[in-house]
Amino acid sequence: MTNEDAQRLVLEIIAEIAPDEDLSDVKPEINLRDQLDLDSMDFLDIVMELRKKYNIEVPEEDYPHLASLDSCSKYLIPKFKSVSA
Amino acid sequence: MSGLAAGIRLALFGHKVLILERHNAPGGLNSFYSFDGRKFDVGLHAVTNYVEKGVKGTPLGKLFRQLRIRREDFGLCPQMGSRVSFPGIDLRFTNDVAVLQSEIEREFPRQIDNFRQLVREIETHDPFRLDDIETSARETVARFITDPLLLDMLFCPLMYYGSAREMDMDFGQFAIMFKSIYLEGFARPFDGVRRIIRVLLARYRDLGGERKMKCGVRKIHTSNGRAHELLLDDGQTITADHVLSSIGRVETERLCDDLPPESGKANIGRLSFIETINIFDRQPAELGWEDTIIFFNDHERFIYARPEDLVDPRSGVICFPNNYQYGSGQTLAEGVFRVTCMADFDGWSALHETEYRAAKKIWHEKLAHKAMEFLKPVPPKTLDDCTIYRDMFTPRTIKKYTGHLGGAVYGASEKVKNGHTHLQNLYLCGTDQGFLGIIGAMLSGISMANYHILRKT
Ligand SMILES: Cc1cc2nc3c(=O)[nH]c(=O)nc-3n(C[C@H](O)[C@H](O)[C@H](O)COP(=O)(O)OP(=O)(O)OC[C@H]3O[C@@H](n4cnc5c(N)ncnc54)[C@H](O)[C@@H]3O)c2cc1C
Repeated sequence: MTNEDAQRLVLEIIAEIAPDEDLSDVKPEINLRDQLDLDSMDFLDIVMELRKKYNIEVPEEDYPHLASLDSCSKYLIPKFKSVSA
Repeated sequence: MSGLAAGIRLALFGHKVLILERHNAPGGLNSFYSFDGRKFDVGLHAVTNYVEKGVKGTPLGKLFRQLRIRREDFGLCPQMGSRVSFPGIDLRFTNDVAVLQSEIEREFPRQIDNFRQLVREIETHDPFRLDDIETSARETVARFITDPLLLDMLFCPLMYYGSAREMDMDFGQFAIMFKSIYLEGFARPFDGVRRIIRVLLARYRDLGGERKMKCGVRKIHTSNGRAHELLLDDGQTITADHVLSSIGRVETERLCDDLPPESGKANIGRLSFIETINIFDRQPAELGWEDTIIFFNDHERFIYARPEDLVDPRSGVICFPNNYQYGSGQTLAEGVFRVTCMADFDGWSALHETEYRAAKKIWHEKLAHKAMEFLKPVPPKTLDDCTIYRDMFTPRTIKKYTGHLGGAVYGASEKVKNGHTHLQNLYLCGTDQGFLGIIGAMLSGISMANYHILRKT
């Protein structure tokens, strides 16, 4: 799985939980919250969808790793690998 | 409403959910019914928190996202315009706060800067904090607004639409209500509350949620500090990992077998209401009655408290559900004129059946005429001439259909913001968790499902 793959999966989840957001130009290095209108309830949903769709567990203390698309992919790629292994 | 919202959240993430409802109709305090071939909403003057499409970061938007409902599904149509009407002075407001601001500037020129500061203070307030300490809104707001009349006028709609406390509110609750009414606004679906309930039910069903109607919870059996089993009205028992209760705090405690059946007496809410409904053969606008909602008061000070008498007609709320911008020439088939005032539950409960019926008749008349003092004058007998049907509910009706002790529409005066009860796996949502009104109830169900169940499992 590449960075782009992981980021695309995260964007797909965001599109589902926040269909009113424009996701065409999200900068991977910038915090999601600085570009999109996402709050803690939305982040809970990103975590819940990761679990539902991919069996990935993100404990609450790790939520900061989901701040930007770059940090998401860095944090999630090993997790994707271990669940598919 | 809060139970349905919580159920949707939990079902969305694969939990097995069962909603138990004692009544035969869904919706609770804001349900709907038909009588003589006419459709009525129990309450629903207005859906608060209305913002135009594209406005970000508001409770309404959070609600649609969290329930994964499309905004269009609720079919919300904005209000025409409302007002607060006190002796000799009217303040109009719409879904654009600039209108209220210019009204205040005209009537209270010395207070306008104070009002702007108050708005700035309120805009920074986070309504979703569950650990806020309760403070007096009267004291806090009086630091900004120094004219007691304006203070009363600003409080009147906010208390009527969201205060479980007499005379004062918690400042956090004041800020929530201020935003939801003055900074955001009112709307209504053309078909009324049934449209909203149908959307919620469909969503819940599509996610695999189950419901059992006409089957309440009779007892909560406890062991080791947990709700271990529910005994239902039909005699069945069921178990669950988590139990969310929207029926009220004292009402819930009294179901638990580890507490005395009379527990929590001091926590029963004191505020109840009476509402009269006149159905007209014409649109209210034809009589020159064009406001959506009017909050009125004709007493020197605005008194928000349980009345000594059966009803306190000095202040109240008038609503014309016709006066929303339904668009494309749509108008409700008949005119609807609703009037609400504060009422005393104990007084109404003590009446015998014949007295009760007589009191309803008297107060229906009184309320309608009181309300007309705040409306554009019409020739005598106009009201009787255009009224084709009357209905009414009292504190007794509220208790009977929703189980809320004391007919307390807004529940106990002390809220439990984090939803905890004395049992580990039993949580409160809705009215006594503290987010009030239709939008509040749904957000409460969402927050409690998130906080107690989804975050932890
Ligand atoms: C006349 C009136 C007008 C209103 N107008 C407006 C308005 O214009 N705008 C607005 O925003 N809000 C309005 N409200 C307030 C709003 O309706 C409520 O705040 C909201 O609906 C509360 O929802 P809830 O889920 O907290 O509680 P409830 O609606 O009370 O839900 C509790 C449910 O539990 C059921 N129940 C009770 N006991 C049991 C039991 N033992 N077992 C199983 N089920 C049980 C009840 O039947 C009920 O359905 C109005 C309320 C009233 C009464």
